[in-house]
Amino acid sequence: MLVKYIPVLVMMLVGIGFGVFAVVVSSILGPSRRFKVKRETYECGMPTEGATYVQTPIKYYVVALLFLVFDLECVFMYPWAVHYRKLGLFGFVEMLVFMVILFVCYVYVWKKGALEWE
Amino acid sequence: MEMLEFVVPALNVKAILPQAILSLTALTVLLVGVSSPHNKKTSSLGYLSLVGVVVALISTLMINGARESAYNGMVLMDGFSSFITLIVCIVTLLTILSSINYQRFFPRLNCGEYYCLLLFAAVGMSFMGSAGNLLMIFLALETMSISIYVLAGFKSDEAQSIESAMKYFLLGAFASGFLLFGFALVYGCTGTMDLVKISAFLTAHPEVIHSKMLMGGVALMTVGFGFKVAMFPFHMWTPDVYEGAPTSITGFMATGVKAAAFAALLRVFFVALGHLQADWTGIMWLLAFLTMTIGNVVALSQTNIKRMLAYSSIAHAGYLLVGFVAGSKLGQSGILFYLLSYAFTNLGAFGVIALLGRDGGEYTSLDDFAGLGFKYPLMGLAMAVFMFSMAGIPPASGFMGKFYLFSSAMKAGFIWLAIFGVINSVISLYYYLRVVVVMYFKEVERDVVMPKPSAAVVVGLVIAAIGVLQMGIFPSYFWDMARQSVQAMLM
Amino acid sequence: MFDKVWLIPIFPIIGVLINGLLGRRIENINKSIIHWIACGAVALSFIVTCILFFQMLGLPADQRLYEFTWFDWISGGVLHTYVAYQIDPLSMLMCLFVTGVGFLIHVYSIGYMETEEGRYYRFFTYLNLFMFSMINLVLANNYLLLFLGWEGVGLCSYLLIGFWFSEEANAIAGKKAFITNRIGDFGFIIGLLLLYTSLGEHGIWTLRFSEVFTHVHLLSPQVATAICLLLFVGCTAKSAQIPLYVWLPDAMAGPTPVSALIHAATMVTSGVYMIARSNILYSMSPFAMGVVATFGALTALFAASIGLVQNDIKKVLAYSTVSQLGYMFLGLGVGAYAAGMFHVLTHAFFKALLFLGAGSVIHSMHHGLHKIHSHVDAQDMRNMGGLKSKTPITYVTFLIATLAISGIPGFSGFFSKDEILWQAYSSPHGHFILWLIGAVAAGMTAFYMFRLVFMTFFNECRAPEGAEEHLHESPKTMTVPLMVLAFLAAVGGYLGVPHALGGSNRFERYLEPVMGLGPEKLLHKAGGAVAQGAHAAAEAVHGAVGHAAAAVHEAGMGHMAEAAHHAAEHGSMFAEYLLMGISVAIALVGIFLAYTMYIKKRDIPEKLANSYPFLYRLLLNKWYVDELYELTVIKPLHGFSVLLWKGVDVAIVDGIVNGVARIIGWFSGVIRYIQSGYVQSYAVSVVLGTVVLLVYYIIKAIS
Repeated sequence: MLVKYIPVLVMMLVGIGFGVFAVVVSSILGPSRRFKVKRETYECGMPTEGATYVQTPIKYYVVALLFLVFDLECVFMYPWAVHYRKLGLFGFVEMLVFMVILFVCYVYVWKKGALEWE
Repeated sequence: MEMLEFVVPALNVKAILPQAILSLTALTVLLVGVSSPHNKKTSSLGYLSLVGVVVALISTLMINGARESAYNGMVLMDGFSSFITLIVCIVTLLTILSSINYQRFFPRLNCGEYYCLLLFAAVGMSFMGSAGNLLMIFLALETMSISIYVLAGFKSDEAQSIESAMKYFLLGAFASGFLLFGFALVYGCTGTMDLVKISAFLTAHPEVIHSKMLMGGVALMTVGFGFKVAMFPFHMWTPDVYEGAPTSITGFMATGVKAAAFAALLRVFFVALGHLQADWTGIMWLLAFLTMTIGNVVALSQTNIKRMLAYSSIAHAGYLLVGFVAGSKLGQSGILFYLLSYAFTNLGAFGVIALLGRDGGEYTSLDDFAGLGFKYPLMGLAMAVFMFSMAGIPPASGFMGKFYLFSSAMKAGFIWLAIFGVINSVISLYYYLRVVVVMYFKEVERDVVMPKPSAAVVVGLVIAAIGVLQMGIFPSYFWDMARQSVQAMLM
Repeated sequence: MFDKVWLIPIFPIIGVLINGLLGRRIENINKSIIHWIACGAVALSFIVTCILFFQMLGLPADQRLYEFTWFDWISGGVLHTYVAYQIDPLSMLMCLFVTGVGFLIHVYSIGYMETEEGRYYRFFTYLNLFMFSMINLVLANNYLLLFLGWEGVGLCSYLLIGFWFSEEANAIAGKKAFITNRIGDFGFIIGLLLLYTSLGEHGIWTLRFSEVFTHVHLLSPQVATAICLLLFVGCTAKSAQIPLYVWLPDAMAGPTPVSALIHAATMVTSGVYMIARSNILYSMSPFAMGVVATFGALTALFAASIGLVQNDIKKVLAYSTVSQLGYMFLGLGVGAYAAGMFHVLTHAFFKALLFLGAGSVIHSMHHGLHKIHSHVDAQDMRNMGGLKSKTPITYVTFLIATLAISGIPGFSGFFSKDEILWQAYSSPHGHFILWLIGAVAAGMTAFYMFRLVFMTFFNECRAPEGAEEHLHESPKTMTVPLMVLAFLAAVGGYLGVPHALGGSNRFERYLEPVMGLGPEKLLHKAGGAVAQGAHAAAEAVHGAVGHAAAAVHEAGMGHMAEAAHHAAEHGSMFAEYLLMGISVAIALVGIFLAYTMYIKKRDIPEKLANSYPFLYRLLLNKWYVDELYELTVIKPLHGFSVLLWKGVDVAIVDGIVNGVARIIGWFSGVIRYIQSGYVQSYAVSVVLGTVVLLVYYIIKAIS
């Protein structure tokens, strides 16, 4: 039964192997010089200034969440589109229902003012 | 693996008609609520959702009797699902009626989201009764749970309400994880998620029945469902959550969630895993006993009536588990009957408690009820009826419900469990009747004034009281219905 | 139309709901709406009953049974209870006069209760509730629904006896009725359970009449006897027989229409109805029938003897009711179920009439006494007299009823009472002694009834000064029912004219389908002269008449004794004429005595009382039965209960209960601490629970 999953196992092994391979090889091949600047968290870029605790407007999260929701819904449409012929009327109606629900949510979000930045 | 095959199901609207109506209403309410922000003072949203629920209720009664499985076995349409949907519709109806009054004093609740979530929770509940697939059960459970997490914290200006929502959410997610893992194990064992096919697989492969994997799955599913029905030892969240949630929602949680979770529990355990009945009976016996005993004993020392009813709801879960342990058709019918009776009783009781709430806060201490029996005779009478029903005193419905549950246990040979059930009922008398005693015989310490109730909540309480008395005095109608529902369960 | 039988009980219960829930408000608006609703409800029930009755009459006799299941009531396992009604000659007969007489009394109550303020709606609510219960009782097709009605009428009786509960005596009377009935109901329900389980042993779990009676032969005679006796215990309470009759005289504390409706015409006859309904069961147990007959006869005599000396007009009627009920049971006990039911019917007419007449008298007296602010007892006959001219309608109707109850030929009571007496003598279950007791009681009845009439309506008015001119006839709502009932009381008897008088006893034939008579009895009835029956009858007459002769001779009626001797030689027909003649003669003697003592020589009663002080006191104090019960039952029981309370309950039971409660309370407090409110600890408990469950199931899997 589990034989079916051998490709998955191989894939996992390849993934892990690649990661290990890259780290190991780069540590062997690359030159290694250790001094203070090198050991800073960020070797390059701006030096940190002020408090590290910065408040981000909650709008970010709202927008990000909305983006995720609608993005995922779109992803759902790909397999649907691929199988559209096979699904026939049933598929069409289902997607229509789905879209209507999405649309209602969209209207709700809009009316609620979640898309306004200020 | 048959999962990979893809069959286009037929579009069967009838099978999901009540749920579709509820969903449509929910969306409509949401849109109406958001597009007219100035109607804060009216109850139009409540009445709009009321119409939807009533239509769903009628449609349920109309399709009652149909018996088929739809959407590749995802949705089962049989007497059982109709009965659960009926309970859910009644629960939602009474909750909305109570909310319409309650929201006058907690205007935050008067918005489209509140009713929308209520209706979506109802959709989830009713799908839990008609789901024929583990995946579908999980989806329904989450639909219901997520809506209720939010509803529990709906009084977002009150720390207690938010705390309650947070606790419920964290622990609920935790328990859902166990449930899902349990499903996964069962799927791993049997290779299917379809309840009927699981049973068929186990019939064909009896050696799997006692595999550790399947057993583990059953254990974890017990945890998941046990959490939702507030079974010991997964009941700890109940009092805190019930106390913090808005009163109108507490009743909804106690009755609707319980009904839905028991529906799914019965379907999964008796349809899919009927072969394991001998294995689970022992532990469920113990859990039933502990659940009702712990619930009743702790309820004795409560002074807050919502908290008391929370523990009482644990105890009632214990009584329901007695029917589950009995395992016979009689026991299952008893569970359905009891769920309906409990819905009327508990929503009635919470409806009365919600009557006292107003701007400053809620009056849920037992002392607040002192003298109310004479001050508001009808309210006192209604509360007394509901308390009698909870305690199981004839002619209220609780008596008949317990009669059916305990007699099914006796018939199935669990005489001691029935005896413990009766002893527990006796213990529970104390705290239920204390409410009545306080209402009628206690000196008034703090003068509680009940705001004049709106017509909606009066109608709701009358429906609940009629339901309680009807099921108590003439139980046959609903009892026959419950029995036919169980008989007609798709196996 | 038969399937509309549920309409009969539904009207009164609608009346109850309207008047009970909204009555207070309606009464404030307009009082008359209340009685319109109440009377209308009963009238509609009566109309429906009439329609069904005539429809049933249109059917051939063997098809007059229709059962209508309204709905399932409680079902579970072998227990199936239905709210189901039965249409057959017996139930229709009962229903007809219950609703008919009930309607008249409802109308009468409008006048009688008109001065009642604030509680008017309550009175009519109770009355309607009573009608509902009584209809259920008589229409039920199973014992359980019958019992429900039985309890319902008991409740209404309690509520109505104590209707004027602000006076303690009334409340006590109500309690007495309730508790006495409880004793009877206890026997009744044990009887039902015994019937249910003993039939259940044969696989027949039912309390439905038709099923019970077709299977009742499966029971052993001993069990049947036990069941019959237990059911009869219920009847002794509900229908006021020895030894549980004590509540009925006290029940007169209620308003007079209630006394007429519940405590004379309908409720108290439900015991008779129940036994007539269960006649097949009783026929299985000659012993039980003998008990019924004996208790009936004794009650008839005993109550009549008390009635001789009472001075309260309603008390006399109450004892008369007890006595008449005794007759009915006597009839049932000797197997003459139809005769018993016939007496139920005629009694309902004339006794309701008597009570309503008495009510009319009291109403008038009350009015008169009220006008002069006198506090004399309005119900005491010693304060009445001469009312003949003041209340002529009441007088005439009352006289008709009195003639009927005294058994004067031509009036209804004559036919039914005589049928019972004849059967008491001639039936295979009968005995001469039973007849004799019945006949003597009949004489007493005639005496005390005419004593009542003479004291109330004749002679001079003994009411306090000034009250006399205020005495007047009652309003129309009261007199019209009186007249209707008087008509029925006069002619009601012609429904069942016996063969001996050239009739065909239509009444008995009407009830025949319901009475499952044994073959032997049928033959006896048909031929009347089948050798064995005739022989037995002749022998009985011969043997018994000797006793009768001695007894009657003592009474100074030698010529009659001589005539009785003749009876022995001739057939039963002659015996029937003869016994009829004797009982009529005894009644006439009773009337004559009353006339002598209360019209002609009015000093006799006092002289008698003085010369036989012991007997007089004994009768006046009702044979000291109440005192006897007080001494033998109530006192010891009270003492015992005090002992239980102080000794057992407080010390032991309370100790245990409080101890357990304290332990549970403590336990409850301890568990409370676990409920810390920390979500982490809750999660831990979930995890622990999961672990336990997993371990349990894994062990299951391994083993």
